[in-house]
Amino acid sequence: MDVLIQLGSGILVALEPMNLGLAVLGVVVGLFVGAMPGLGSVNGVAILLPFTFVIQQATGSATSPMIFLAAIYYGAMYGGAISSITLGIPGASTAVATTFDGRPMALKGMADRALVTAAVASFVGGTISNVLFTAFAPPLASVALQFGDPEIFALMLLAFATFVGLGGDDIPKTIFSICFGLVLATVGFDIVSGEPRLIFFDSVEWFSRGIQFLVLAIGVYGIGEMIWTINSSRYGTSMANVDVSFSRIMASIRNFPEAWKGTAIGSFLGFFVGILPAAGATPGSLMSYGVAKMTARDPGQYGKGSVDGIAAPEAANNSASTGAMLPMMTLGIPGSPTTAVLLAGMVIWGLQPGPLLFSEQPDFVWPLIGSFYISNVVAVLVNLAFIPLFLWMLRMPFTILAPLIFVLSLVGVYAAYQNIYDVRLMVLVGFGAFFIRILDYPLAPAVLAIVLGPIAEPKLRQSLLFSDGDFSIFFTRPIAGPITVIAIILILLPLFKMIRNKIRGPSPAE
Amino acid sequence: MRKAELVTAVLLGLMSLYFMWKAGEPPSWNPDVGRFANIGMIEGEGPGSGFWPFWLSAVMLVCCIWIFINGVRRTSPPSQSTEPFLDAYGRRMLALVGGGLIGFLILIEFAGFYGAIFVFMMYYLLVLGRHSVGVTLSISTALPVVCFFFFDVAMRIVLPKGYLEPLFIPLYEMFL
Repeated sequence: MDVLIQLGSGILVALEPMNLGLAVLGVVVGLFVGAMPGLGSVNGVAILLPFTFVIQQATGSATSPMIFLAAIYYGAMYGGAISSITLGIPGASTAVATTFDGRPMALKGMADRALVTAAVASFVGGTISNVLFTAFAPPLASVALQFGDPEIFALMLLAFATFVGLGGDDIPKTIFSICFGLVLATVGFDIVSGEPRLIFFDSVEWFSRGIQFLVLAIGVYGIGEMIWTINSSRYGTSMANVDVSFSRIMASIRNFPEAWKGTAIGSFLGFFVGILPAAGATPGSLMSYGVAKMTARDPGQYGKGSVDGIAAPEAANNSASTGAMLPMMTLGIPGSPTTAVLLAGMVIWGLQPGPLLFSEQPDFVWPLIGSFYISNVVAVLVNLAFIPLFLWMLRMPFTILAPLIFVLSLVGVYAAYQNIYDVRLMVLVGFGAFFIRILDYPLAPAVLAIVLGPIAEPKLRQSLLFSDGDFSIFFTRPIAGPITVIAIILILLPLFKMIRNKIRGPSPAE
Repeated sequence: MRKAELVTAVLLGLMSLYFMWKAGEPPSWNPDVGRFANIGMIEGEGPGSGFWPFWLSAVMLVCCIWIFINGVRRTSPPSQSTEPFLDAYGRRMLALVGGGLIGFLILIEFAGFYGAIFVFMMYYLLVLGRHSVGVTLSISTALPVVCFFFFDVAMRIVLPKGYLEPLFIPLYEMFL
């Protein structure tokens, strides 16, 4: 009952004109960002994070900027489907699976039905995940209140281990990426001893203040990713003809119940996959598509324009985006790169994400949760009402969008830290990210590591100080022990698979 | 692609070694402490300041050796690929876009952010995008104006203006 009262009051705060306006603006920006090929929620949130300082200054609270960023996240999940269906190019990796059936349906002249199915499935997925979030978050936060330093470090280890064991990327490159992010987070002065660390080339101007999170996040997602997209897409896209009218949209909404099965699978599976630190919306949507196809009466229809094939990944990516917020807000561990940026934003605004957030900052938490519900409703309405507008915007040449993003990235980083060295470092990071991206080095683990590094290191050091340097502290405590063991198993999982494949030969699924 | 995979593994391995070396550096105010004295446990203090970055860099080095071996054995996708690391289009794109960004950074020193934004947008839209002069001029002019009102006027974050500073003095008097 308490939860419902708090949620109710949170929704009322989220409905205040300023917060509602920010939610609408965030959803519109997110829809656009999600729809543009090469840009995803993480790009939008990272590039616009510096601009939220003005919102915080204007409102005097961290709730409003967070509502704005969360709405971008939401909107981007809806928007990804627009380009997947009309261009055949996923607007974001979270909408890759939507392309499988969305594009064939558009080519059959039913793009409007595909777009409406995607929007309504996203809405249902978002609503179910919001209810699950509201139910699970407070009890998880109260359990997490009992966690000490070894437990929190073990959880961090688990977050990184899931990237290694379940991430699906090259193992040594994933581990390298995690360690690289963690090392970069140590640049500057050691907060325990005050000693300078890793002041590269003894360049005090560049490195004495440490490497700021936004410098890396915007360098990777604003510069590196954009150059990579220009290189891979070569500025070229071709749009399917879309005939959109009010009566056709209404007819598609009436036919939506045909997609109930895919929507249900995506909504529930997406949420639980989203909670896993390495997973997030992309594997959630791909997995939901796979399960929906596997359990379908006629799997042969998949890939040819099945409504379930659109509904499952779209419900899943929205549901997973809310699921990824759960560990971020209750444990302080982000479930995806976008939530890592959101977490960094919370730290910048003076909040400490984690279990104490629910007990000490209810004025922040509940309006934010309330805004998830509001943003979800706003997103489906804006999406359905402005489908023609987004289709028009998608025709914007990439040669206009790309320089705008470059300018926003450079100006945004300067505005955040007012240091020209940060801007130069960001461009340098962008070039580096572009080169290693070509060679399949995953960048998301590095971004997560940069956020978690400053939390993980003190927890490890305090745990070892407490145990006189004895690492068994991570195995002998009742909560930390099982988490550490699971983390080690996950890290060793690829090794087990390799040995099994050597003995039996690779399984058909691999 | 394979050559790039191997060369990158070597370069990142060397970078990891450099990180290990730097992580073990003693603080300048205490020259009596030897290098790498801070990478283990310190009596009564727990792990030293270099413990975390040193051992993480060591893991990075091991990963680079692993990546190199995979590259030699052709077991990683990039080492199996016959595609070039960057084809002619990629090299040209990188030179034009990357060169533009570096030019942008250099120009900030002289023309400030707003002048640099104008020149960068003109270059990108006209030369790379081949848009009409009208479209190019309107976007290139509008963007610095919007940025000025957003940052300098609304947010009170003064962006560097380089040698163009005198041109902004009347605007400061009007809006700030």
